[in-house]
Amino acid sequence: MDNNDKVIQVTNLTKRFGDFTAVDSISFEVGRGEIFGFLGANGAGKTTAMRMLCGLSIPTAGTASVAGYDVGRQAELVKRHIGYMSQKFSLYSELTVKENIALFAGIYGLSRREIKDRSQSLAKSLDLGEEMNMRVGILPMGQQQKLAFSVATIHNPEVVFLDEPTGGVDPVTRRRFWELIYQASAAGTTVFVTTHYMDEAEYCNRVSVMVDGQIKALGSPAELKQTFNAASMDEVFRALARNATRNE
Amino acid sequence: MEIDVKHISKRFGAIKALDDVSLDVAAGEVFGLLGPDGAGKTTLFRILTTLILPDAGSASVCGADVVSQWSRVRAMSGYMPGRFSLYPDLSVEENLNFFASLFGTTVKDNFDVIAPIYNQLAPFRKRRAGKLSGGMKQKLALCCALIHKPAALFLDEPTTGVDAVSRGEFWDILSEIKSSGMPVLVSTPYMDEASRCDRVALIDKGHILTTGTPADIVSRNSMPLFAVKGNDNYSTLLRLRAMPEVAEAYLFGQDIHVYTQPGVNADNLRKSLDGAEVTEVSPGIEDVFIKLMGNGQ
Amino acid sequence: MKYSVPWPEMPPEMNKSFIAFVKKEVLHILRDPRTMIVALLVPVVQMILFGFAISTEVNDVEVAVVAPHITPAVEAKIDQLSHNPYFTFKGYIDGRDIDRTLASNEALAVIVFDRDYTINGKTQLVMDGSNPNTAQTAAGYLTQVLDDTSSSGLAPGVTILYNPQLKSAYNFVPGIMGLIFILICAMLTSVSIVREKETGTMEVLLVSPIRPVMIVVAKMVPYFILACIDLAVILLIARFALDVPLSGSLAAIFILSFIYIVLSLALGLLISTLVDSQMVALLMAGMVLIMPVMMLSGMLYPIENMPAILRGVSCIVPARWYIEATRKIMVEGLGFGYIFMELAILTGMTLFLIIVSVKRFKKRLE
Repeated sequence: MDNNDKVIQVTNLTKRFGDFTAVDSISFEVGRGEIFGFLGANGAGKTTAMRMLCGLSIPTAGTASVAGYDVGRQAELVKRHIGYMSQKFSLYSELTVKENIALFAGIYGLSRREIKDRSQSLAKSLDLGEEMNMRVGILPMGQQQKLAFSVATIHNPEVVFLDEPTGGVDPVTRRRFWELIYQASAAGTTVFVTTHYMDEAEYCNRVSVMVDGQIKALGSPAELKQTFNAASMDEVFRALARNATRNE
Repeated sequence: MEIDVKHISKRFGAIKALDDVSLDVAAGEVFGLLGPDGAGKTTLFRILTTLILPDAGSASVCGADVVSQWSRVRAMSGYMPGRFSLYPDLSVEENLNFFASLFGTTVKDNFDVIAPIYNQLAPFRKRRAGKLSGGMKQKLALCCALIHKPAALFLDEPTTGVDAVSRGEFWDILSEIKSSGMPVLVSTPYMDEASRCDRVALIDKGHILTTGTPADIVSRNSMPLFAVKGNDNYSTLLRLRAMPEVAEAYLFGQDIHVYTQPGVNADNLRKSLDGAEVTEVSPGIEDVFIKLMGNGQ
Repeated sequence: MKYSVPWPEMPPEMNKSFIAFVKKEVLHILRDPRTMIVALLVPVVQMILFGFAISTEVNDVEVAVVAPHITPAVEAKIDQLSHNPYFTFKGYIDGRDIDRTLASNEALAVIVFDRDYTINGKTQLVMDGSNPNTAQTAAGYLTQVLDDTSSSGLAPGVTILYNPQLKSAYNFVPGIMGLIFILICAMLTSVSIVREKETGTMEVLLVSPIRPVMIVVAKMVPYFILACIDLAVILLIARFALDVPLSGSLAAIFILSFIYIVLSLALGLLISTLVDSQMVALLMAGMVLIMPVMMLSGMLYPIENMPAILRGVSCIVPARWYIEATRKIMVEGLGFGYIFMELAILTGMTLFLIIVSVKRFKKRLE
């Protein structure tokens, strides 16, 4: 992989609030099409780090580039080239599927023509017929989730950030969702997943584990399990986070 | 049986929240209700804690009927609802004192019940509950549910939104609590937590799929299962699905789990996938859940 | 309620849980700056705003004059005008400039004297009607001055009793009281109850052995006390800062206000049984309670001037009766005997609301 294929490049990224160092000089790279798991306990600094990567918060020190743009100086450009989906908020449940698509596509500046094309191809790939004119709130959870992901990537972003995407769904729906993520990754979209559920981590190509603002481990789930002599990511995580001093 | 649920059904409008649900929890048992959001777990908890009435069926807690003897049930139950059910603007101590007096007791009188948990909270006792970490909030909520020495404990998704370390500690605490003989009914959407329960019921769309000890459930539903690991799991998955000898294939973390047609073994699979790693594995609770969900559909 | 099960007997130690409950509510209020502001600052600010800043009195009416001949009669009239504190004489203008003078806001009124004006001769009044209320009031004052030779500014034969200076504060204090108690008791209590539904604590409370009705009563105690503090503050400001005479019986004001406060609390409880989110509770309190108090209670607009339908609607607005009765006591200095009807109506409404809302407050979640 040459540098162009490093869609996310983070070097000594730091964020301080007063004398509290929320994110303490973290460095990592994520390649094109990679599914990267960003793990950490509550209060480890995950959210702060992700906000910086999304261009929502200016780093105190260090640099990070996402999709080729600097998150501090080119925040607006970063925002244009990323997608975001969280389990808590993704779509407006009182709008129809079509209206949601038009809204988010419009936000990202897609033309009317493009919106129409994307809606059609989306309806086809998600197998939505009459559902296109139904309110999102009445669709089954699994369909909502897949739709949310498709809408988050409607503008073909280079990176999509997923915040705990599959918490609380049944195992079948979860797998369908991960298949969609794999599909996007195969098509070259980089996927950045933050979660504290280790079974979500098992699906990632590589994961990092944050403890007390620092990245304490980085590697594929298999590598980490080997290094920590653990049967599951859950054990790896516990071995790392057990000694966390921050416990807000 | 300390907690006894017989043929409970409940519907909200057109939605069947619970459909003929039966289960029982013995003294000193941790019973896990495993299922996704919207499976009906919370509805069952609310019926058992007398907050809503069942449409059909009956249930009792320590011998008291949840409909006709609801006030006895309320006095005997410790309940931790799914949402963060503390007062964020009150301190740890104030929350605890309040819930103690609500049940007509004091923290001092029943301190022995909560002592092992409270010791972890003690350094933060002046802190407002809203400023605690997820794990600490959950421990405080458990203290508040236990402070009146309930005869039965109901915990609705206590580990949701809590990190893995705190979740582990929480399950350790539950093992301690049940040793006092208290029946504990706990729900979770996380399959991997089944191993921490004495018995579990898998629930989906208001329907109990199966009940038993985790080991029982797995052995009862055992079929040859293969774990396949390719260079690129997504393309391997698509390939597997196109193969006639494969009955079902789905992602499973870093692997793909495969059920084959009868008579197909690991070697056959290996040959057709040229070089992929294939091992026979024993299914887990999650595999069983997927299988039983498929049967129901 | 499908099953009518008697509430469990309250064991003696339950008194303790009741006290603990009240204590908890007090802590909520003390720790939420927004509640404290609404409860303590808003009444003071409203009293000051309505008492001093916003008033329906018209002061400083700027008057220009068109007079072809400045006769001694004209001069005498203008002298009289300039000595009147309500008017400011801006000078003589040409008849062709009337429009420009009014349009440029140099004057609010132009008096056009007749060519041969004598005392109480013919005059014409041209007003800037862009603010009809001000124009109307000012026109009223001016007419009286122009028609009258005496300097009191009021035509003989008209005697205004009770509020001889026509001070608007007299009118507004009862109105503010009607508004504040709804705001504090109904809005704050409903939001506070609904918050417990939202955060899930209501589930735990219901599952505890405390009687559901006690949850409600305990919630209301601190807000009742807050409202009483406000009552005292409002009366003190009215008496000593706004010089409202409070001529009637204080006991009557207190009894009337207590009933109205309880009524407001019951309204808050009723709202909390109808909605599930704090936002909806706020909207409901705003739309269903506060708007009618402002519009239909006679606080801002006299009920007599309303169309018949609205006059009818105003009868079910509790604030109407409270404000009417309070005015009678505070401004007219009347006693209990004169507010009997209002007291009876308010008591009836209160009982009705308590019964309905306690019935609706469920011991279960559905």
